[in-house]
Amino acid sequence: MASIDGALLDFKRLDRLANGDTAIHRLDPRAKVLATLVFIVTVVSFGKYEVTALVPFFLFPVVMIALGNLPVPYILKKIALLCPFALVVGMFNPIFDREVLVQVGSLGITGGWLSFVSIVMRSILTVGAAIVLVGVTGFPGVCLALERVGMPRVFAVQLLFLYRYIFVLTDEGSRMERARKLRAFGRKMQPGIFGSLVGHLLLRTWQRAERIHMAMLARGFTGEFHTRTDTRFGGRELLFLSSWSTFFIILRFLNLSQVMGSLVTGIFS
Amino acid sequence: MHMADALLSPAVGGAMWAASAGTIAYCAKKVRTELDDSRVPLMGVLGAFIFAAQMINFSIPATGSSGHLGGGLLLAILLGPYAAFLTIASVLVIQALFFADGGLLALGCNIFNLGFFPAFIAYPFVYRQLVGAQPTRPRMTMAAIVAAVTGLQLGAFGVVLETVTSGQTSLPFSTFVVMMQPIHLAIGIVEGFVTAAVVSFVYKARPELIQFSPEAKSAGSHPVRGVLLAFLAVAVLTGGIVSWFASKDPDGLEWAISKVTGKEELAGPAQGLHGTLAEVQKKTALLPDYSFRTSGETVKGESQHAGRKNAEGSRLGTSVSGVIGALVSLAFALLIGFLLRKRHQSA
Repeated sequence: MASIDGALLDFKRLDRLANGDTAIHRLDPRAKVLATLVFIVTVVSFGKYEVTALVPFFLFPVVMIALGNLPVPYILKKIALLCPFALVVGMFNPIFDREVLVQVGSLGITGGWLSFVSIVMRSILTVGAAIVLVGVTGFPGVCLALERVGMPRVFAVQLLFLYRYIFVLTDEGSRMERARKLRAFGRKMQPGIFGSLVGHLLLRTWQRAERIHMAMLARGFTGEFHTRTDTRFGGRELLFLSSWSTFFIILRFLNLSQVMGSLVTGIFS
Repeated sequence: MHMADALLSPAVGGAMWAASAGTIAYCAKKVRTELDDSRVPLMGVLGAFIFAAQMINFSIPATGSSGHLGGGLLLAILLGPYAAFLTIASVLVIQALFFADGGLLALGCNIFNLGFFPAFIAYPFVYRQLVGAQPTRPRMTMAAIVAAVTGLQLGAFGVVLETVTSGQTSLPFSTFVVMMQPIHLAIGIVEGFVTAAVVSFVYKARPELIQFSPEAKSAGSHPVRGVLLAFLAVAVLTGGIVSWFASKDPDGLEWAISKVTGKEELAGPAQGLHGTLAEVQKKTALLPDYSFRTSGETVKGESQHAGRKNAEGSRLGTSVSGVIGALVSLAFALLIGFLLRKRHQSA
């Protein structure tokens, strides 16, 4: 099945971006995770009809992409897949909210359209921030950061385990599906077949987990992963986190687009 | 269905984060103290298995569409509620980070909707009650379907509540419920069938894997509670079926929409011009820095012709400058990115 392999390849590519070695990659993961959280909370805290004030927020993902040297077309493609649920729900706003709020010449823009555009922009910003965060930090880095700010250790170990075996098991799953497809002459997967195929995969997974656990015990596993920590939360991290947070909070209360607009229109009039 | 950041308010998102984080901490403690440590690698690897299984699609008979496994209930059956909750949560963390399913703020909602309900409601109070001590295949299928439907109905209702209380959508509560619940009834039935197929396969091959975990047993041994919760499950199921029929009948949805929009149309004239304008003003007050807020005030105060013209002029001015400003800031943001990239490449 091409789509499984495609999805897996896509996944691996995002994983590999975190191996980059830029100033942003070298920052302590905590600074990046916290800055991204402040960003997301600020973006979603705007009123329902806010559009223009959201635009300056694009600076954060753009700067992170540029400094982190992330491939722009790839990130754009990921963001374009946006969360479909938000879009579907957002599409109802123009239907239910027909009050004209902004008049541009003879064209009346209803509150529904404004809030729909606002939802789309929020989606792009929040989804983009999450993808950029993974691209410049990597999943183990995000886990490490979350653990250091208080996530339970069992959960951190669970996340790292899961992450390590995703690649192994999705490879195995896609091989099984390919084998079935080659023998099925274009027939589609029936739920019964799915049950036994996935059941087999589950049994293999279980046996693998038992082997893994024994191997780990043999190597002295005591319930936690020891990772080399070569980053610390220093001055650069503090500067990164505090300057971005200040910037977001200023943007929250000052509509920069409006200021720029009056500046530009003021010059020409 | 995954909740999204864009539909959330910080208050709702934060509250759900707190709820999910608390549940994770509680489950982590339970797993550490009550289960043996061989469960931790098993949980991790089973989470990866759910990922792999979700990528394999199957066709749903008689519909022509295809579906995939959700896996919440399956994990609960295999691991028991606490370990299952942690595993579902970890799968959702990875989906949020790598596949942009939802988002980071919505993660709390998603973990709660897709993890709490299957692991702590549907599994102990529905599946375990129905499947009994001597599971047979039809019994297992029936129990899995009812449990999956219960879990998904509650989860979908959670999505509706979170979205509506966040206030980003204009979709009325009743319409949203009528849309979401039937869809998730169908998803739940498919999920139940597939879960049952996998569970009964594993049960045939290695029955010892599907055991009765001690926590669930103690929850189920209370007869009154069992009856009450079975009743709850039946109520949820019936609610789902009824809402399904309501929406299959086009009048139902149309009636709901016309009721909602009709009410809006009625409210204006009933309260007169003043009421409508007050409403407009209330809405525009949400955009603090725009001058058309003052235009609303002008119109409301004395609707003089000249005053209104003036207001319209300045309103046009502000929205134009807003649009121009937005474009300029966007261009600035991109330019900065471009320059940084250039400097980076030349360095």
